[in-house]
Amino acid sequence: MTINRRTFLTGTAGAFGALAAPAILPRAAFAADTVKVGSIFSLTGGLSIIERSLNDATHMAVSEINAAGGVLGKQIEIVAEDGASDPKTFNEKASKLILQDRISSVFACYTSASRKAVLPVFERRNGLLFYPTYYEGFECSKNVVYTGAVPNQQLSNFIPWIINTLGKKKFFIVGSNYIYPREMAKVSKMLIEQNGGEWVADEYLELGHSEWASMVSKIKSSGCDVVLSNVVGDSVVAFYREFKNQGLSHDTLPICATVTSEIEIAAMGAEYAAGSYTSFPYFQAIDTPANTEFVARYRKFVGDEKAVTHHALESSYFQVYLWKQAVEKAGDTSTEAVRAAVGGQTFDAPGGKVTVEAENLHTALTPRIAQWQDDGQGKIIDAYDEPEFPLPYVAYGEAQDNLYCTASGLDTSKLPK
Amino acid sequence: MLDTIFIGLSVGSVLLLVALGLAITYGAMGVINMAHGEMVMLGAYTTVLASIHLGIGLLGAIPIAFMVTALVGYAIERLIVSRLYGRLLDTLLATWGVAILLQQAVRLSLGLAFFGITIAGLGTGLQNVRVPAYLSGVISIGGEQVSLYRAFIILVTILLTLLTWFIMYRTAIGAQVRAIMRNPDMAAACGIDVKRVNALTFAYGSGLAGVAGVMMSGFKTVFPDMGTPMVVDGFLVVVTGGVGSLMGTVLSAGLLGQINGLTASVSNDIIARAVIFAVVVTIIIWKPSGLFSYKGR
Repeated sequence: MTINRRTFLTGTAGAFGALAAPAILPRAAFAADTVKVGSIFSLTGGLSIIERSLNDATHMAVSEINAAGGVLGKQIEIVAEDGASDPKTFNEKASKLILQDRISSVFACYTSASRKAVLPVFERRNGLLFYPTYYEGFECSKNVVYTGAVPNQQLSNFIPWIINTLGKKKFFIVGSNYIYPREMAKVSKMLIEQNGGEWVADEYLELGHSEWASMVSKIKSSGCDVVLSNVVGDSVVAFYREFKNQGLSHDTLPICATVTSEIEIAAMGAEYAAGSYTSFPYFQAIDTPANTEFVARYRKFVGDEKAVTHHALESSYFQVYLWKQAVEKAGDTSTEAVRAAVGGQTFDAPGGKVTVEAENLHTALTPRIAQWQDDGQGKIIDAYDEPEFPLPYVAYGEAQDNLYCTASGLDTSKLPK
Repeated sequence: MLDTIFIGLSVGSVLLLVALGLAITYGAMGVINMAHGEMVMLGAYTTVLASIHLGIGLLGAIPIAFMVTALVGYAIERLIVSRLYGRLLDTLLATWGVAILLQQAVRLSLGLAFFGITIAGLGTGLQNVRVPAYLSGVISIGGEQVSLYRAFIILVTILLTLLTWFIMYRTAIGAQVRAIMRNPDMAAACGIDVKRVNALTFAYGSGLAGVAGVMMSGFKTVFPDMGTPMVVDGFLVVVTGGVGSLMGTVLSAGLLGQINGLTASVSNDIIARAVIFAVVVTIIIWKPSGLFSYKGR
């Protein structure tokens, strides 16, 4: 049977309908021969373009595990909820999954706004959130397993590489006006100064705004020789287009980005990004048999032979396996058991080895830099040999031998006053 | 300095492009058309579909998009808006409903998605339009490097404004439209077919939005929600310029564009956005009917 997105969605909708009945009798659900997990991604609304792919990757991992015999000898049953691109809805759905369905592990959220909205629910009700997105750090919850990159895993390789290998020293930092780009800019400035570069400007545009004429003209007259972009969402597309339309070229003034992924490249048209750079732990173009197979399986699963894979999607996929390994190690699906067992779990993900660090429940990932090509794919031109330790507080001076976020919680005395 | 003025001009022309159709439907007819942004979106999708399925480029898509959105506008006027004249709030709600219907129609490939059929170019995903080589790149005007595509947008906006002015002030149908604007009952008494003229006016306004959509598709992502933020800017321009005044719309688009460009160059885009809103609020407090409004009876 071929599963395309449509039949797949009707399937999940049907599964959800069927689940509604046992949910009234939660005790009965435990007696059933399945292990229940939850997922919340936006299947509708503006963010659905990206979050649907995360939802698909999560379901794909679950169905693969089920096909291989499930976990603890039981099949995994996934209760999929729609966050509808609205943080408040995410919050309500998280409460529903934890209180009504009595689920302890939930794979959810793409934006920081939605994560912050569900965090109180997971902390108060003691649930465990698996969060697949690269994010700004500055968080140390014992109820979240972070499997996306934190700033040091995207920037600690990128900035020195730009300065030393590309030979560019004057940075123009540009971003969307909210917490992620601002925190990324903070880390970038630190690294730029440490490596002997300088930054000429640090500018922001409203989230979702797409009038880039003034900004690009400022970039032109600023005298910078490289642009560091933390621009998010559909603004990215308008930015790259305006950049080229104003006659700038990535050959002389490259955009080096932290958010521009395969999805944005496909949306803008590859020719606008060709020659620019992005730093991510995962790219679709990673040339290993494991990844080639992963991309093929994903395309088959969603029924679209042109579907692209990207970093948050890969994390959405492998974090289900990390959860499975933790459950098998603990022999139990409770929050305490999974939390204790997930630290130290290692998995051979499509993009290489990943390890959940027991201290801060963030994931060690391998930083990579890619240059975008005419076909919309990245060509990996720099990669670490080993995964990089995640430092969520790197902007405030955290280092691997001086952790702020440890197994015993956040050491607030180390934070600047 | 020259480049700042050009940016202001360019921002203003983008504003005017969207506001022009609104100046007709809202300004002239008094219909608060919440589906105006969706007309822009339909224009953009027409461009995407024309290039995928017919191999027609951006320029060729302009008349097609005009026809498609004008037809949709005509249907909306005949089926919905014409039954609601004089009921301002009802029109607002009804056209908002139409806006949601149009967005979903695009998301669901006109409903074919229910049967498992997908049309390339429609659906929930992001689409893009290739800008032809002769419109990308830069030209040099007065020693300043100017984006060719933006210069092209300014040109198209000027042409459309002139065309609209000509139709409104130099043709018989334009005189009828203006007569209906002033006093529909008296116009009807003079033998003007108010229903027909209203439908055509609405169709023309929608068609202009469709052309705006074609131009937008060249530098923005095309997706089902793209029209919503644009219609906000459109209303700002029309309200500031004065309802019912074409000249007012043109001048207020120019004014807001220049304020945006100037503020953005001395501080940044976020402040510029706030300044725009402050200016609009001040103007509306000072002149509640806008900068240039005619005195009706």
